[in-house]
Amino acid sequence: MWKGGEDGKPPRKAGRREPRLGPRSWILRLRHTTVVSTKKNIAALRRETYTLDFIKKQIEEFNIGKRHLANMMGEDPETFTQEDIDRAIAYLFPSGLFEKRARPIMKHPEQIFPKQRAIQWGEDGRPFHFLFYTGKPSYYSLMHEAYGKILDVEKHQNQLRAQGLFSEKTKTKDLIGSRWLIKEELEEILVEKLSDQDYAHFIRLLERLLTLQRGGAEEEFVQRFRRSITIQSKKQLIEPVRYDEQGMAFSRSEGRRKSAEAEAVVYAHGSGRVSVNGTHYLRYFPVTQDREQLMFPFHFLDRLGKHDVACTVSGGGRAAQAGAIRLAVARALCTFVTEEEVEWMRQAGLLTADLRVRERKKPGQEGARRKFTWKKR
Amino acid sequence: RPAQAASLLRRSDPAGRAPGRGTAGRGPDAAAAPGSAAAPAVSEPEGDSLNDRILREPLKHSDFFNVKELFSVRSLFDARVHLGHKAGCRHRFMEPYIFGSRLDQDIIDLEQTAAHLQLALNFTAHVAYRQGIILFVGRNRQFSHLIENTARDCGEYAHTRYFKGGLLTNAPLLLGPMVRLPDLIIFLHTLNNVFEPHVAVRDAAKMNIPTVGVVDTNCNPTLITYPVPGNDDSPPSIQLFCRLFRTTINRAKEKRRQVEALYRLQGRAGARLDLGHSP
Repeated sequence: MWKGGEDGKPPRKAGRREPRLGPRSWILRLRHTTVVSTKKNIAALRRETYTLDFIKKQIEEFNIGKRHLANMMGEDPETFTQEDIDRAIAYLFPSGLFEKRARPIMKHPEQIFPKQRAIQWGEDGRPFHFLFYTGKPSYYSLMHEAYGKILDVEKHQNQLRAQGLFSEKTKTKDLIGSRWLIKEELEEILVEKLSDQDYAHFIRLLERLLTLQRGGAEEEFVQRFRRSITIQSKKQLIEPVRYDEQGMAFSRSEGRRKSAEAEAVVYAHGSGRVSVNGTHYLRYFPVTQDREQLMFPFHFLDRLGKHDVACTVSGGGRAAQAGAIRLAVARALCTFVTEEEVEWMRQAGLLTADLRVRERKKPGQEGARRKFTWKKR
Repeated sequence: RPAQAASLLRRSDPAGRAPGRGTAGRGPDAAAAPGSAAAPAVSEPEGDSLNDRILREPLKHSDFFNVKELFSVRSLFDARVHLGHKAGCRHRFMEPYIFGSRLDQDIIDLEQTAAHLQLALNFTAHVAYRQGIILFVGRNRQFSHLIENTARDCGEYAHTRYFKGGLLTNAPLLLGPMVRLPDLIIFLHTLNNVFEPHVAVRDAAKMNIPTVGVVDTNCNPTLITYPVPGNDDSPPSIQLFCRLFRTTINRAKEKRRQVEALYRLQGRAGARLDLGHSP
């Protein structure tokens, strides 16, 4: 009945079992089979973790939870914004954790769950995007669009040239204060993996579009891929001018260095008299180096004999106190000086607090860094 | 490709087949769902022959979509399709298609080109009529934008970028688990940027996907199902080919829509007549 079976029993799968060694010794020798786990399976599992239904349910739950939270806080559910939610959560669940991202959050599911690509084709199997078969449809359609815009602009320029209305104009002011999107941000927007060459190619295409004279639509298209960089100096806190009983304009600010704390009062008009803790600065700081530190902000701004200073300082040592006063004086001077000069002072390092503190000694070493003498034997 | 054709047939038949229903049972069935959206569901046994008729009718004619009128030898000549490369670049298998050589430049025989182009356009039209996926491939960067626009205008697909190795042969991994491969690949440039045969030519042959390709005098026409000997380097020539393919595909799709609407009306009219007759 079965071909090949000697005893009339069905033929055994070769190598799977060793039956001939006796009734008690059925050794199940497992044949070495390699389980081919393609990367696709693992990636697909990760990709399909969040189905559309799941995300929709999460969004519904979020909206209901938002209304409950508004009612709990006694506010109007209709006008409950994300900032209100954050404040409410911080109030109801106070957390002392340093890492902000580890604290309890309640945000819209779109900001929590990573963006995924929906199914790319319909019932009949036809893909939705016309560049689907390239593998990177969003990226290549972006390139296609950008190149199309370049062609349009060039055609328009040629038409103008033919009519003789073309005029050379260069616009570079729009680029200052903004930077190109980085590769990670572009990947996030397109929900696609890009290579460095792809990214470089795209940026080159956009820069080529920028060199041509473009209209409003193209400008908008390019601005989508630029992010503004906040200039540091705009964050500088400038003390307002105050007036004392005699009507003299002055400005007061503080400074710190190591463990010395100083408070300086700089008068707008004066003759360069400096008093520290009530005494003349020549007497308080016998060392020239300390006095140079005090004078540096004035020397930098060429206002050496034009301001009076009265400061108080405590803590720290000789040089630390000098540094603290210097910082305080520089900060106070910002009030009487232009924005440009403030930026110069910031770039010179006059407005940055010096964070250097004495490093602790570690066990097993003689000092903070110095190790014990190494003995060969 | 009988399996593919059969699956196309099955997919375009929304009601599916219900074996064991005789023609006598049409009356009460029709009465049950007279105004249903899917006409084949109304006339169940007729549904199969309806779709069959839609698909078989064009095959009975040699030029059902009348693609001959879209071009002429004169229009090909005006578009500079007959200009080939220098004699040193000539590929051995292109010799039958070359008319001659003038000042060391090969001239392609436009009579043969016309015949091949008619076959190619006819085949493209049939594929588009049967709702197949058409992929335009070309690697010349000068015409990449034009080819992508052509594909988008006909509602088909384009690939004029770097071709990843296993795109056709390893599609489930690269594109998705249940992806549908193209049913026809149209090459506007058979060579890639380093003047070697495009990988898709060989891969399409491996995956049994029919190809239509514009082959210049330095190309290898052997693996292409419907080669069209012609110039692939001049702008007017490529613009002409793009225009021809776009027109045929749109024409075929329009024809399909008309035929479906016609048969749907006929089916409904037939069902109404039956309703009138049933007691």
